Amino acid sequence: MSDNTITFTIDGKEVQGVPGQKIMEAADAAGVYIPRLCHHKDLPPRGHCRLCVVKVDGRPKSSCTIPIEDGMQVENDTEELNEHRRMVLEMMFVEGNHFCPSCESSGNCELQAEGYRLGMITPTLPYIESHREMDATHPDIFVNRDLCILCGRCVRASAIQDGKTVFAFEGRGIHKVITVNAEHGLGETLMDVADAAASVCPTGCLHTKRLGYTIPVGQRKYDHRPIGSDIEQAAH
Amino acid sequence: MSKPTIATGHFTGCFGCHMSLLDIDERILQLTELVEFDKSPINDKKRFDRMVDIGLIEGGCSNDENVEFLQMFRDNCKTLVAVGACALTGGVPAMRNTVPLRECLEEAFLSGPSVVDGIIPNDPDLPVLLDRVYPAHEVVKIDYFLPGCPPSADAIWAAVVALLEGREPTLDYELLKYD
Repeated sequence: MSDNTITFTIDGKEVQGVPGQKIMEAADAAGVYIPRLCHHKDLPPRGHCRLCVVKVDGRPKSSCTIPIEDGMQVENDTEELNEHRRMVLEMMFVEGNHFCPSCESSGNCELQAEGYRLGMITPTLPYIESHREMDATHPDIFVNRDLCILCGRCVRASAIQDGKTVFAFEGRGIHKVITVNAEHGLGETLMDVADAAASVCPTGCLHTKRLGYTIPVGQRKYDHRPIGSDIEQAAH
Repeated sequence: MSKPTIATGHFTGCFGCHMSLLDIDERILQLTELVEFDKSPINDKKRFDRMVDIGLIEGGCSNDENVEFLQMFRDNCKTLVAVGACALTGGVPAMRNTVPLRECLEEAFLSGPSVVDGIIPNDPDLPVLLDRVYPAHEVVKIDYFLPGCPPSADAIWAAVVALLEGREPTLDYELLKYD
């Protein structure tokens, strides 16, 4: 073990990492899954969604952005944090019009999968029933803004991986929406269905056309195994 | 000792959850051994005449009649379970919630492309539509929720058996589905 190794604990279990690693990265490498939505392994972390909040020495912090330190005590899979996460998920469900039975992403959706993993039975808060503008101008991709959770994955992927800066945020607070860098919709941009940005959306907001309902129920990504199982099993 | 009693109710939904209940196949014979069906569309019993142990309700509330009957279920069921996406969130019928009610009615009965000499139905015998479609728990207190569109027969079976055995209904990973 080199001198550069950092040792800390997650839920009492000793975990080791290297300087500069974020809590979530080190946890992943150790086979400990921390729930997440805005984080994507190929993109820089932003700490938008608050699902990955853990307690570091008793204080809540987003695990995707906070670097590890020697001796820090991290709480992750606790009833208190999971209850917070279920409430964050409920708020995302009712703020968008997330209605799984009529959504093309159902079964492959990370928002839904986090709900299943964390045991959210149903949103109990009233749905806001917003009516945000749908953008279907692109021949291969539609943007259903009602399903956007403002994770910013498409914004980052388009700018960093595709070098196109197709997406951005517009407005503040409850009025904040995802927007495209063109006057008349996504069809006017350089966006291509093969772009990284086209496949990073964790919900049904940014969706490839003509792919809906092609995978039968029972064979979809999260039908049998919870999200995060790959991380938990890779380390064993 | 007499058997526990079950009532089932249907509100604004598609009857798919009742179909899923029937989809428990031969276990329905076991169920009739375990419980006695009270008011239900399955046996066509129309009214409550005693307290029932478990009430399973399907569908959201879109009109005044739904509200009245849902309150009747609450008053007559010791444990009330909301079953399926429509009871839990309003479901497909709640898609009208993003459009004002008058616009919905005008589109359906006055300006729709296939409408000839349209009129918005106003017979006094018709239930009065609510401004929006409400999930069951926004109208009465719900004790347990059973998600799915519909919940699978296995999920319904697991929940009903748990309640009959006096346990909290919990769903294994593969039975917890929102669709």
